Parts: sequence; C-alpha cells; structure tokens
Amino acid sequence: MTTPMVLAEKVHKYFGKLEVLRGIDLAVQPGEVCCLLGPSGSGKSTFLRCINHLEKITAGRLSVDGELVGYRQQGDKLYELREKETAAKRAEIGMVFQRFNLFPHMTALGNIAEAPIRVKGASKATAVDQARQLLDRVGLSDKVDAYPAQLSGGQQQRVAIARALAMQPKLMLFDEPTSALDPELVGEVLDVMRGLAQDGMTMVVVTHEMGFAREVGDTVVFMDGGVVVESGDPKSIINNPQEERTKAFLGKVL
Amino acid sequence: MTAEATGTQAADRLVAVPVRHWGRWVGALVVLAVFALLGKAFVGADIHYHVVGDYFTAKNILTGVWHTLLISVLAQAMGIGLGVLAAVMRQSENPVMSGVGWFYVWLFRGTPLLLQLILWFNLSALFPTISIPGIWSVDTNTAITPFVAALLGLGINEGAYMAEIVRAGIGSVDTGQTEAAHALGMTQGLTLRRVVLPQAMRVIIPPTGNEFVNMLKSSSLASAAQYTELLRVTQTTYTSNFEIMPMLFVAALWYLILTSIFGIGQYFLERRFARGSQRELPATPAQRILSALRPGRR
Repeated sequence: MTTPMVLAEKVHKYFGKLEVLRGIDLAVQPGEVCCLLGPSGSGKSTFLRCINHLEKITAGRLSVDGELVGYRQQGDKLYELREKETAAKRAEIGMVFQRFNLFPHMTALGNIAEAPIRVKGASKATAVDQARQLLDRVGLSDKVDAYPAQLSGGQQQRVAIARALAMQPKLMLFDEPTSALDPELVGEVLDVMRGLAQDGMTMVVVTHEMGFAREVGDTVVFMDGGVVVESGDPKSIINNPQEERTKAFLGKVL
Repeated sequence: MTAEATGTQAADRLVAVPVRHWGRWVGALVVLAVFALLGKAFVGADIHYHVVGDYFTAKNILTGVWHTLLISVLAQAMGIGLGVLAAVMRQSENPVMSGVGWFYVWLFRGTPLLLQLILWFNLSALFPTISIPGIWSVDTNTAITPFVAALLGLGINEGAYMAEIVRAGIGSVDTGQTEAAHALGMTQGLTLRRVVLPQAMRVIIPPTGNEFVNMLKSSSLASAAQYTELLRVTQTTYTSNFEIMPMLFVAALWYLILTSIFGIGQYFLERRFARGSQRELPATPAQRILSALRPGRR
C-alpha cells in the first residue's frame, strides 16, 4: 500500500473554546483530487489550512507524504517544529487562496519567481525562465510585466496558481479558488485546475462548484459541524446522498 | 416644469453650464488685500533688508546649513533603522524582545528631546570613561563631541517615533500577504523583508517625510549640545552684528529652501513605492505641464 499524500487521524482544532474540527479522519492518495464540500462554518477551510500548518491542530495527527505537519513525535507527545523546519515543509505544499493574495508590489513574473529564488536558492535566470513557462501554461504569457492591480480576478488567480506551481509542490491546496470571481471568470480558473488534475497533481479543493467536484474530483468529502458527514465517489454522493445533512445542503446549492 | 425644459427645444442645442464660484473671486480679493497690507507693513518696518542679502551666502551661514542638513539626514537614517528594529521587536512573540521594544519607545518618547540632548552632551558627568572592560576604553569627553551628542540625541529620539510609524505600516498590510508568503515556504524574516515592509512603505513614507521636515527644524535644538548648526550660527552672528531680525530671516529662508527641496524628493519617493497600487500612476507636475504645452493632445 502506498503512503497517502494526506493522512488525517482524529484531527481536532479549537479556536479558544470553540471546537471547529471535531475529529477529522481523511486520507488522500497520491494523484487524487479530493473536493471538500459543506456549508460555511463547517470547518473545511480550517482543515485545509491545517494541512500546511497555517493553523495549528489542537489534537490528533496530520501527516503529508508520511511526515507529520508542523510537529515531531516523541513518545506520546508532539513537539512543534522550529519555524525554519515548518517553512521548509510548506515549500513542498502549494496553496491557492480565495482572495488570490498576490504580492501587489511585484509583477506577475516577480510573484512567480520570488519563492524559487529566495526559498529554493534558484538562480535568477532559471527562475525567470520557469516563471515564463508557467505563465504560458496558465495562458498569460502576455502578462509577464503586469502588476496584479492591472489583472482581472481570473487572471490574478491563474498567476497565483502559477506562483504555487513554481515551487514544484507535491500537493496543491485550493481554498475556494473561484468564490471571489465574477461568474464569467470562474471557467478560466477551473480549466487550469482541470489541466493540473489531468497531469496527475494531488489536489485538495475546498469548493462550492458542484460541477467541478462531480467532473474532476476523484472523491468528495462532505463536512458539516467540524466532522466528515459523508465521503466517497463524487457522482454517487452528489446525485444520491445517503445522509440527511448532505441531502439538505445539496438541495440548497444544486 | 415648463414645456420648454421638457422637450419643445431640441435637446442637442442645450448647453451645460458649470456651477459659478463667485465666492472664490471674493476670497481672492480679500487675500490680496491682506497681503498688500502685510507687504506695506514689512516695507515700512525698521529692518536692514540688505543685511539678509549680505549674509545669505556667508561662509559660516553655509557651514551652518551644511551641518543642519548633515545632522538631520544622519539622525533620520539612524531613527529609521532604530524604528524598524523596535517595531519588529514589539511584534515579536518573544516577550523579552517585545518588552525591550516597548521600553525603548516609552522612555524616549516620554521625555523631552531638549532634555535628552543636554543629557547626551553632559554624559561625561555620569560616566567619565566609556569602556568594554579589558578590551577597549575611551574618555567620554573625547568620544562625545557636540556632533556625536547631537546625533545620538536626535537619532535615538527619532527612532522612538519611527517605531510607531513603522508599526502602523506593518499593521496596514493585509494578513493574507503573510499567509501567502508562509505558504510558499518563506520564513518570517524573509516575509518581512520581501513582502510586508515593501508594502508597508506606502503607509510609512508620508509620515516619515513629515518626521524629516520636523527633524530639519528640531535639529536646531542641537545647539544645546554646542553643535554649530544653522540656528546656532545665526545666533552667534547676530550677537556680534546686532542684526537680529535680518539674521533670523536668513535662517528662515534657508530652512524653507531645505524643506522645499526635500518635499520634491518625497513626491518621487512616494511614486516609487506606489507601484502596483494603481493601474496607472498619475502624471508628475512636469509631465502635466509638458502635455499641456504639446498642441493637439490632452
């Protein structure tokens, strides 16, 4: 059996006294596209952010590619890693945000080449070369010198995907990547993501795009109230949900 | 509503008339009158205006101008360095670091600048020698020259104010920026240097320009540390030639010149750091004049 790319075991997360994640168990295999669905406040974004330690889990175990995220286990205790070690692990996990979060003071090219140069120590020429190829791949080869403010939302999100890919991640996390976009711009971002999935990238996608989940997802996971309610094959879950909460949610969004 | 307004007149012959600003004309007349009266008063005043011209480029006055500029630039640079350091320390999760940062701001912002300058100048009364035991030692009076006392006094005081400005600038940057940088594997230091501070600059520069204009003027307090900056030179000159008012005019003119030149520099600095904040930067005044002169284009 292969090592799962993401393995969550009884993951709990508290914000103060509020328990946001109440024991999440989940495995994502290499090359799999896993879509997290659920109403807002169900904990799906929080769980996604735990995968690269942007949020610290309170209890349980979460590992990426067989290594614990943000912690080192010794006996029955988890010791938090030093900042540099956490940063090194994050460099292997790409993340795309709902609000793009491009660096506004850098051009599209600068945004993409920044981390390979500063974090990986790539030469400027190599990084720029690679950045141009990535811009080409997301269909923006004419926007090399554009600043984020000069790009549409869909273009910004595509640059953000290219920026994450520049670190050659083994796993990509998408946090509602199309929720901040005008409806006619959603398609161009989903197309890029579809291309990634076809190339075999392991992806965990928090989304409200049922069409995308059904078509591209290998598995969907329906979350509510900080627990996994139901998970499995996209078509059977979306077309024929078993749980009442899943039925209620899908009835509203479909 | 009359029939004329609603449609009997052809719409394409209607002409839009902007609001008339009668108040502006009245205001302009009042201002002119006040200036005329003031001008008359100054022309008739008992001042030897030729003295202003005589001393404006006198050697010791120019030395004073140079010293004012030098101490202001160096002290401001020191203030910015200390300010960034203190602001970053205050944000640190390490309670010792944030405590030290807080204490620095509290101490130097809470006491008068003049007092600090006098204290630095008289440091030898406290510590006759400054030394790192067994390695290095120096006589305080030799080390703390008027220049050094003025630099320490102005720079360290400025750092406390800059710390608050930098802190506000860092706070103005969206947390999503830090998250995106961290998600790319950037460490906190790298994130601060490459992502947060460059964006904070847009918020930091305008008040820093304000601080520097203030510094050009408050450097005159360094005369308390016997430093020969512009105001002190002016004062020593008028105690010997008794032309108090003309000499003060000389100093005032030089201060205005320095602050005006700096204002132009600040304008271009702000443009530099506004990159990416707008789709297109507005034209500079020079560009606007040029395009207005060029016929056929607007």
